[in-house]
Amino acid sequence: MLRTFTCIMCPQGCDITAELAESGKEKQRDGSGNGPVIQTVSGNRCRRGLEYVTQEIENPMRNIATSVLVDGGELPLASVRLTRPIPKCRIFDVMEEIKKVRRTAPVREGQVVIADVLGLGSDVIITKTVEKQSRLEEE
Amino acid sequence: MREGYEKEGCGMQKADVVIIGGGPAGLAAAIALYKKGVTDIRILEREKKLGGILRQCIHDGFGLTRFGETLSGPEYASRFVRQAEELAIPYMTDTTVLEIEPAAGDMPLHRVYASSAAEGFVEIQAKAVILAMGCRERTRGAISIPGTRPAGVYTAGVAQAYMNLKNKMVGKEVVILGSGDIGMIMARRMTLEGAHVLGVFEIQPYASGLPRNIEQCLNDYQIPLHLSHSVTEIKGVDRLESVVISQVDEKLAPIPGTEKEYPCDTLILSVGLIPENELTWMAGAKQDEGTKGAAVDEYFQTTVPGIFAAGNVLHVHDLVDFVSMEAESLAEGAARYVKEGSLPECRLPVTGDEMVGQLVPERISGQSDVTISFRVRRPLKGCAVEIRQGADVIVKRKLPKALPAEMIQITLKAEQLNDRENLEVKVVC
Repeated sequence: MLRTFTCIMCPQGCDITAELAESGKEKQRDGSGNGPVIQTVSGNRCRRGLEYVTQEIENPMRNIATSVLVDGGELPLASVRLTRPIPKCRIFDVMEEIKKVRRTAPVREGQVVIADVLGLGSDVIITKTVEKQSRLEEE
Repeated sequence: MREGYEKEGCGMQKADVVIIGGGPAGLAAAIALYKKGVTDIRILEREKKLGGILRQCIHDGFGLTRFGETLSGPEYASRFVRQAEELAIPYMTDTTVLEIEPAAGDMPLHRVYASSAAEGFVEIQAKAVILAMGCRERTRGAISIPGTRPAGVYTAGVAQAYMNLKNKMVGKEVVILGSGDIGMIMARRMTLEGAHVLGVFEIQPYASGLPRNIEQCLNDYQIPLHLSHSVTEIKGVDRLESVVISQVDEKLAPIPGTEKEYPCDTLILSVGLIPENELTWMAGAKQDEGTKGAAVDEYFQTTVPGIFAAGNVLHVHDLVDFVSMEAESLAEGAARYVKEGSLPECRLPVTGDEMVGQLVPERISGQSDVTISFRVRRPLKGCAVEIRQGADVIVKRKLPKALPAEMIQITLKAEQLNDRENLEVKVVC
């Protein structure tokens, strides 16, 4: 079976074609178990393409970016991202966890707001420093 | 205005270089200039903070080329802001430049007039001015969509600012017109925040954004991309109620009978970016028809000596990493201009054939290394690009796959060039 992929590892966005064979075992929704097996891969301009395809058929992983609420800050929210990608099927579960976070200014870039979110091995970190709102701005 | 101000005799400053815009281009230029020994710099930024548009681009994917890791926009910006602060490069935020008056005979310095929240009216006289104002979005008016004028129609960047800076959700049932990168990124962003994105509609038969964004922003969330479609009517009185979408033919004209109405409360436009060049034209610089930015030579100098431009104000980039790099090349020329008072003449025009768009620079000297940037005008497969001077093919590079969404850059070495013949960029298929 041939399957095509658009690699998302870098902005080149290589079109990759992979020849896949069935392994015989059913792949589980959480990514465990065996899905198809890669026979050949073509179209990738670097080895990250192979890594991407392997990951896509085994257990697609993604990073997400969103924001958390900040009280008393120069902005009402601070942007966050994950330190490592998480399984694609858990994106909305992680979004729910991040929505519960509320911090008081100041918050600093790099600060961890959720460690090991949902046990997925990835931390949610602040990506933008938000200072306390100054008196002047309040007026 | 100037005369009256001079009589007052207050607050005029002098600097070697004024940089207009404290986004990625302006910051990279400032830091590179400083490192080359040009330290008398002022950055003028109209927002309250440095960082430019990156402050609202919270998604990741920035910095892979530059830093070898994938960062969010705010993190990418803060690496440059921190460096500028460590070097103590003077900057003024909340300061809008009103006019640039270019140097002339009896007035050897360029004059930059600005309005500053903290200092009021400001005049800075400088040997060199760097234009780094970035670009702005095309709006509903620019593409003339018929219909009513309800609330709920936003450009992608405005929706992004509401959501990522102001914590305001712009809508729940969303149609996106145009497949620019920011539009696709907002499709994902709004889906993550609980909105339902009905689809992305693109008038061209190909996507205008990067393939990886089609994959990770649309396909990942089962958001359909409809090519050769456009919005032909907007309905709603106070708030948007629906849009009518039609298929278009090869000439991009709507095909009668293909109209389909989509109930929605929000229409997001991602229909192109235009370099923001009002100040550039005020300064008398010549426009490049292809890029809509200033025509520049290989030093990124406009047709006004001592006024330089780089980044999205010059031509729209797809990646910030290349904006930073371009601004750093600009800084080399600008530093030399400040120290020597002029730059070598660039007399050889750079031209492209009908498949080549957005060609930068416009002129070269033929005596130094130079990087040529351009985009193909439509998607191509199995073609090649040739760069020629007269009968000589200097470089031939294969283009297995070329998209208008991707800027192509080719660097030429001085020893490959002659200083007599024009440079031509040709696509051969």
